[in-house]
Amino acid sequence: MTFAFARPLRVDHPPDRRARLYRFGALVGAGFRRWSTYRQAALAGLFTNTVFGVMIYSLMRALTEDGRRPGGYDAAQLATYVWVGQGILSVVHAWTWNELADRVRSGDVTADLLRPIDPFEAFLAADLGRAAYAVLARMLVPVLAGALMFTMYIPQRPYTIPLFVLSLILGTVLSFTLRYLVNLGAFWLLDARGLGAVWLLASGVFAGTFFPLRFLPDWAQVVLWFGTPFPGLFQIPLDVVVERPGPAQQIGSVVLQLVWVAILVPLVLRVQRAATDKLVIQGG
Amino acid sequence: MTATGTMTAIKTETMIEVRDLRKEFTVRRKVGRIRRESRTVAAVDGVALSIARGETVGYIGPNGAGKSTTLKMMTGILTPTSGHVRVCGLEPVPRRRRLAGRIGVVFGQRSQLWWDLPLRESFRLLGFVYAVPRAEHEARLRQCRAMLELDEFMDTPVRQLSLGQRMRGEITAALLHGPDVLFLDEPTIGLDVVSKQSLRAFLAEIGTRGDVTTVLTTHDLADIEHLCRRLIVIDCGQVVHDGTLEALHARYGSRRRVVVDLDEARALDVRMPGVAIEAIEADGRRVTFALDGVPAGELIATIARDGGLRDVSVREPTIEEVVARLYRG
Repeated sequence: MTFAFARPLRVDHPPDRRARLYRFGALVGAGFRRWSTYRQAALAGLFTNTVFGVMIYSLMRALTEDGRRPGGYDAAQLATYVWVGQGILSVVHAWTWNELADRVRSGDVTADLLRPIDPFEAFLAADLGRAAYAVLARMLVPVLAGALMFTMYIPQRPYTIPLFVLSLILGTVLSFTLRYLVNLGAFWLLDARGLGAVWLLASGVFAGTFFPLRFLPDWAQVVLWFGTPFPGLFQIPLDVVVERPGPAQQIGSVVLQLVWVAILVPLVLRVQRAATDKLVIQGG
Repeated sequence: MTATGTMTAIKTETMIEVRDLRKEFTVRRKVGRIRRESRTVAAVDGVALSIARGETVGYIGPNGAGKSTTLKMMTGILTPTSGHVRVCGLEPVPRRRRLAGRIGVVFGQRSQLWWDLPLRESFRLLGFVYAVPRAEHEARLRQCRAMLELDEFMDTPVRQLSLGQRMRGEITAALLHGPDVLFLDEPTIGLDVVSKQSLRAFLAEIGTRGDVTTVLTTHDLADIEHLCRRLIVIDCGQVVHDGTLEALHARYGSRRRVVVDLDEARALDVRMPGVAIEAIEADGRRVTFALDGVPAGELIATIARDGGLRDVSVREPTIEEVVARLYRG
């Protein structure tokens, strides 16, 4: 038997594009499987989403009495907004996420640095896998429940569903990028929980999780849309699916998400670079 | 180039080259109420070493001697304050990601496996992360599965593995991409005797059959005795010994011992240069001699001449003894 550890078998070339794509795909799959091991948690979450859907929609529906259109939504659009919103809550996952910060604190992050892959890329892939699992386990059921209990708005434009899928992926990437940025704070701060609280508040209020941002005065909307990435997390995917704006604005808002991704990803990579340098120079 | 020529080239290839390596840390201390005093401490203070392809080197020293700091600088996760480091011809920190594909690292207290997934899945993922051609990946995995007996827990999630099982998984994970250099930081820490033995047997096999260069830090000196022909001892950030185990014994005057059991207690009149009585036990029926360069046979023959000798045992000097003396010194 030849000994498999002998030198001629060594790999010594950086992976090509195809290998990198396979690698990303494999890591997405791993993220999916990892979360699928927590079935009970998914079930409990599902129940919560459905109950909250009923509560929130009952409140919102009161606003549409006498044919009023709060924020320009009719009753059916609001139903879709609320139920799809409950469904994508855990897909986008704009909540607490401490995995990287915990690994920094425990020192396990060195294992991430000792791999031939950018940690941001590896964590992003895992998060997309988590989101894919959340679509199956946490999104479909609340949307179906809403559709059974209330009259929901069904998208009319043929491209709306694919555009929504793209917008949801971009929303997840934005959410992940911001979570990752907050976690990178752990390289400098002993306790990144303060930063986490600010993020939690911002993502809740400014992303459209608590209420549609279109309920806000116009100036506030302009500031949020163009000055912050937060509407890209929830408001934009949900507006896309309920077809609240016209086609041009609908597509334009997804482009806006893309712009935010293009701004934030390089920023996060730079901060990560600074964080690693700090770790590598001071030794943790 | 002829086959022999190639062989020689491989044999003499330097895999790790370290010169004048230094790492300083700033330690801040509170003096008085507000004032703080900062002080620079050198954790590694002028380390120099050179390790050739295929060597298995034990890197030992007391806690805080600078072992892990050196290892971190060699793997690229810590920047040296000054000095020269090359591993596989690469400067570790600037080329960290490139180097990562050519080294395997096991930190006994950390894990590189996916906690929630079965072991099998971690191995599959590592194949993708390191972009290992499938046939190579499978060949190495097959070998590790056989030699480390992984089959019974390949489908168990990593978080449910015992420490010994996990460690076997960690070593496999570090080898699947066929690294040139393997860094093992206390790989046997916390393992039971059987697990330690099987891990050592595996590493010994890698050491003799492959051309993987291994750097092993450990507090378990039996690891060193089983695996390493060469031993580098570091203390207070400096190399205090670099050579074979025998050289270490010779240098620090380790002594062999001869223990004789007598039929009945009597005074042994042994007057040989280099022989000293170290202990008398069992009411004078057991005598321990320490030998300094004297062949044991000579001493035993002398004692046997007077009769009444029941049993004799010769004890080799233990590495613990030398190292303890070294650490204290």
